[in-house]
Parts: sequence; structure tokens; C-alpha cells
Amino acid sequence: MSEQEVKNLEEMFEQKIARDEKIEPKDWMPEKYRKTHIRQISQHAHSEIVGMLPEGNWITRAPSLRRKVALLAKVQDEAGHGLYLYSACETLGISRDELYDQLHSGKAKYSSIFNYPTITWADMGAIGWLVDGAAIINQVPLCNTSFGPYARAMVRVCKEESFHQRQGYEIMLTLCRGTEEQKQMAQDSLNRWWWPSLMMFGPTDAESTHTEQSMKWKLKRKTNDELRQQFIDQTVPQAEILGLTIPDDDLKWNEETGQYDFGKINWDEFWQVVKGHGPCNKERLQTRVDAWENGEWVRDAAMAYSEKQAAKKVQKAS
Amino acid sequence: MSDKKKNWPLWEVFVRSKNGLEHRHFGSLHAADEEMALENARDVYTRRSEGVSIWVVESKHIKASNPDENGEMFEPAADKVYRHPTFYDLPDEVKHM
Repeated sequence: MSEQEVKNLEEMFEQKIARDEKIEPKDWMPEKYRKTHIRQISQHAHSEIVGMLPEGNWITRAPSLRRKVALLAKVQDEAGHGLYLYSACETLGISRDELYDQLHSGKAKYSSIFNYPTITWADMGAIGWLVDGAAIINQVPLCNTSFGPYARAMVRVCKEESFHQRQGYEIMLTLCRGTEEQKQMAQDSLNRWWWPSLMMFGPTDAESTHTEQSMKWKLKRKTNDELRQQFIDQTVPQAEILGLTIPDDDLKWNEETGQYDFGKINWDEFWQVVKGHGPCNKERLQTRVDAWENGEWVRDAAMAYSEKQAAKKVQKAS
Repeated sequence: MSDKKKNWPLWEVFVRSKNGLEHRHFGSLHAADEEMALENARDVYTRRSEGVSIWVVESKHIKASNPDENGEMFEPAADKVYRHPTFYDLPDEVKHM
């Protein structure tokens, strides 16, 4: 294809997206679109898979059967969300094996929030409330993104996600209405998760490199700062209902803007964790790699069994 | 087993959400064989009673049309307006037609 032809195709492609038409896997797409989508969808899938680990930590120690079945169901959903997303990503022509390789070798990123430890039961509440709350704000606009398989996967994910946040908030509410120690545990958890949750929306708009292109392709509908503000504005009143204090001395309602002003985010910490120096980066990745490697014999056995069965069928037929 | 390791193949999953509706494509997954594909499809795509029936088919058995050839493929229908009821002019007095 000549350069001019590619340019024409690209123009038609951009117009198609501007008209809100979906791009499907077999449609022509610019290489950059394919690559960007493989990167974003796979990072999203990896985040769901690694996201199971901090919560898996508490399944066996949930304080009641009700809490345990809820947490189990939530973690199962995360596995499911990872699978929806991996299969959406595979339609772009990358294999599941390559995707896993990228995760296990550390080449691919996942959401940094999962590199923080879950040291008390209240963390199960704070994660559902804050981390899933932030994820929902990030994910809802993706239900209308331009790549069909991603958009369809996100519709399903968002539908299921709302229980995740509600069960987390319920845990917080129960702790806050409990003993002084329980309330203290909830406050401590909020103190630790608040700032990392704000970082989930990514760098400030001034620092964000992909925003413009992502807006065009509808991978983003609002900027990082807009989404972060939306999260803060909706979460502060929820903290008030719990009777908890958000760990930010500069947080206050701004009558003029109709929004909350908030303090400075520690971006050094953010970049440290992204670069692999968070409290649990090594442990998370190792756990994931171990699960994959220790499961190898099961995958091989299943494949061998299926081949044997198939051979038997052929023998019977002949 | 062969020396080149074989990975679990890819399957396409179709779910009928309730009787009376058609099976609709829900997504795909990897499984070693068709039994496992069905069970995995149940766990991945119907965790909240989204279905009453599941079909799985190995992805390699699906032959798909090529969007680049949509012209030749679908154009023949474009100039056949006489296949639509509105093509035929009838007086307003004619009812129930």
C-alpha cells in the first residue's frame, strides 16, 4: 500500500470513530490503534488477575460466612473480568501465551494499586469502596469506546462491578458502627488507601502523554484530572456518612467551583510504585508466576486427556 | 505427548439468555476439550444466571466474511428496493395492508 493510500484509510477510519461507529477485529485499523489497544486491554486484564491477590489474602479469614461468600464471589468476578478482557485482546491478533509472558516477565504493567499490602480486614472494605469505586469511574466511559470487543466486555464488567463497591462500603459501615477499635481500624485503612486510590486515575493532565490520541479513539472520554475530581466529589460525602476523616488537611469545599479542593498528590511515590519499587510488587508478580508454573502439569494433563479421548473416538469410528 | 507443547485451543461461546431468544455470541475462552469449554463457559459467562443454554464451538471452525470485501459481499442487496413493502404504491383508502 502506498503512503497516500494508508493516509486515506486512516482518515476514513478516524471519521468512522467520530461518527460513533464501532471498529471490529477484522476491520482495517492503523497499526498504532492495534498496538495501543493491545497495551491498554492487556494491562486492564492483568490488573483484574493481579487484583485477585490482595483480596485472596483474606478469604480464609473473613469474619463471617456472609462476608466470605461475598468476597469469594468478588474475587471470582475479577477472574472472570480478566478472562473477558484477555479474549477481547486476543481478537487483535496476540495470543494468550504472549500476554501472560508479558505479565510474568514484568514487561507489561498492571494497576499499581495492587502493589499495596492488605494488612487488616478493614482493607477489604476500603478496597471495595475506594478502589472499586475509582475503577468504576474509570471504566464506565469505556462501555462506549470505539473497539467493539472491548466495549462489550466493559458493559459486562461494569454491570458486575457495582456489587463490589457496595459490599466494600457495607464492610466499612459495619466497622464504623462497631466498637471504637473497629472504627479505628476503618479509619486506618482509609488513611492508607485514600492517596493510592487518587493515583489510580493516572498522572495529571499536564503530564499525561496519551490523552489526546486516547480521546480521539474514545479510549478516554474525560481527562485523568476530571475523573479524579469526580471521584473525590462523590466519595467525600460517603466518608462523612461513615463518620471517617479523609487524610487530607487541604481538603475543603470550594463554593465557587462547586467542587472539593484537595492537597498535593505524592507523585514520587506513584512513579516509584510504577517502576517496581512499591511495597508488594515483587511478591505479587512472584505469586502470579508461581500459580502459572505450578499449574502447568494440570494444563498439560488436560490437553493429554483430550488428545487421548479424541484418538479413542477415531478408533471406535473406524 | 508431542514434543511441541500444545496450548488449550480457543472456543467461541454462544448463550441463550432465556427460552424464546436466540443464542448470542458472548465471548471466547480457552479449554482443552468441548466438555471443559462448556463448563468454563458456564463459570465465565453465566455466573449470575445469564443463560439457559450454551453452545461452544472451536474458533478455528468459524469461517468469517472479510470486511474488506463487504462491497462485493453485500452490495447485491442494495439495489433491490422492490423487496421492501414500501416500494409499492397503494391508495390511502386501502386499510390493513
